[in-house]
Amino acid sequence: MKHVFALLALVGAVAFGAPAWAEETTVAPAATAVAAPTGMSGMAGMAGMSGMTAEAAPAAAPAPVVNKGDNAWIMVCAALVILMSIPGLALFYGGLVRSKNMLSVLMQVFTIFSLITVLWVVYGYSAAFTEGNAFFGVLDKLFLKGVTPDSVGATFSKGVVISELAFVIFQGAFAAITCGLIVGAFAERAKFSAILVFMVIWFTLSYIPMAHMVWYWAGPDAYTDAAAAEAAGATAGFLFQKGALDFAGGTVVHINAAIAGLVGAYMVGKRTGLGNVAMAPHSLTFTMIGASLLWFGWFGFNAGSALEASGGAALAMVNTWVATACAALSWMFAEWIFKGKPSMLGAASGAVAGLVAITPAAGFVGVMGAIIIGLLAGVVCLWGVNGLKKLLGADDSLDVFGIHGVGGILGAILTGVFVDPALGGTGVYDYVANKVGDFDMTTQVISQLWGVGTVIVWSGVVSIVAFKLVDIVIGLRVPADEEREGLDVTSHGETAYHH
Amino acid sequence: MKFVTAIIKPFKLDEVREALSAIGVQGVTVTEVKGFGRQKGHTELYRGAEYVVDFLPKVKIEAAVRTDQVEQVIEAIEKSASTGKIGDGKIFVYDLEQVVRIRTGETGDEAL
Repeated sequence: MKHVFALLALVGAVAFGAPAWAEETTVAPAATAVAAPTGMSGMAGMAGMSGMTAEAAPAAAPAPVVNKGDNAWIMVCAALVILMSIPGLALFYGGLVRSKNMLSVLMQVFTIFSLITVLWVVYGYSAAFTEGNAFFGVLDKLFLKGVTPDSVGATFSKGVVISELAFVIFQGAFAAITCGLIVGAFAERAKFSAILVFMVIWFTLSYIPMAHMVWYWAGPDAYTDAAAAEAAGATAGFLFQKGALDFAGGTVVHINAAIAGLVGAYMVGKRTGLGNVAMAPHSLTFTMIGASLLWFGWFGFNAGSALEASGGAALAMVNTWVATACAALSWMFAEWIFKGKPSMLGAASGAVAGLVAITPAAGFVGVMGAIIIGLLAGVVCLWGVNGLKKLLGADDSLDVFGIHGVGGILGAILTGVFVDPALGGTGVYDYVANKVGDFDMTTQVISQLWGVGTVIVWSGVVSIVAFKLVDIVIGLRVPADEEREGLDVTSHGETAYHH
Repeated sequence: MKFVTAIIKPFKLDEVREALSAIGVQGVTVTEVKGFGRQKGHTELYRGAEYVVDFLPKVKIEAAVRTDQVEQVIEAIEKSASTGKIGDGKIFVYDLEQVVRIRTGETGDEAL
């Protein structure tokens, strides 16, 4: 019982302490704010909502009316992203563990989804998507204060808005799956309570600031002329100002979660009996179903990130479809050539690798760019779960880093290459000139590397501190005998299968 | 009476059952089992991690038969379960002391 109190104390400290710190920092001048390299054109994939609410619009201008088509699309996409977590990710991961741990994985993903949902509406949305400094928003919208059915949020087109509540749930679904992704790295031995406490800390101090850094901006309507654009740009998130492109969350979601997973795999330690005991997946049927649900839900994740039911959304959808297929094939063929047999797990893993890699690029690259990104993702991530995994030496049980980290980094960098209009990409839109701006690949790739580097360091540091803290207070692992018996019975008191 | 136990490849079960019915065997008990013989196991590869699977899935068939039937039963199983490849399984024959049909109380050959 004493652990439970310690846990509650920690949750309380994090939930109320950290955002308070965020609020304090907002009064300080944004010293790190710098102008984006390509003028204020950096379309970072998702618009922040603050400053775009109806009451904030200039009094003279008529309040923008919500586009019902866009609104409907975003709400459907939010539900699709939720489908990715439960049951998609839960089944994908569940099939990969031994049958004695099936329910523990399902429970972890299911519970994290529920937990992050609550935190998102309590303080997460406010801290991520309000104007604060370059790293955190403020707590003006705590408990969604002031967010009503009439509140609207920006899209990527001037004068086009959607319901802020639709944006809240869409973004909340992203936060939930990001936290869910992490558990694969230390599946089969981590303590349930430790996972939950870690998630509260990591969500607050890594997910929220990364989302703010990459996606928060004032919205396109603020970019009326060069001076206004500069003023609006200075309020945007740190990486948005750096011009880093991340259409649907390659850095915020995938690299962010993968680094946390890798740190977790090191700090939780290897599974008992690794190398001596067979740890083969117990049901690749579930894994295939999970991967397919992820693919399906990812159409909402990527195409929904256009925030409009536009041609750009259609482009993101087609890229999500094509790159994934390419990666499934390239992983499968590479495995066939180098390991002898084309495997179902290989095809499913390749598909997820392709989905990860195309995520930052989805609305920015042409279909040919998507094909190349997909083909590379399959092969590079296969190396990620083999050669690189051996080099790293961590027992990342379900290859969170090998697939989400490696695929995310690859996709983030290649986004900077294939967004080039000369290579079939969309280029970067300049909201002052109202046309696609001049493009320089070197500058863009450097911006992308800023994104990758920032998330690796940020998530790495937060994860090390958070795991250490949880380790001291409640311990990260279950005892070895419980691990041998399986977490289903010992942690949850039930079994997945009755033979 | 004899008690016949056969370990066979799982996909051969239907053929064996048909062959036994054809020669008048009245009942069999079937169990899914795992084990190894000369076939040994095989290796499985999951994202590069190699696992040696020592115990292969097999099906165990048990039948109690009259002594005069036993040669026929052995022959039927041997023929129907054979693929000619390693791992086809084995047949074990034991003496059977007593059989009782629970419903009627019949014993011996009557109970088979």
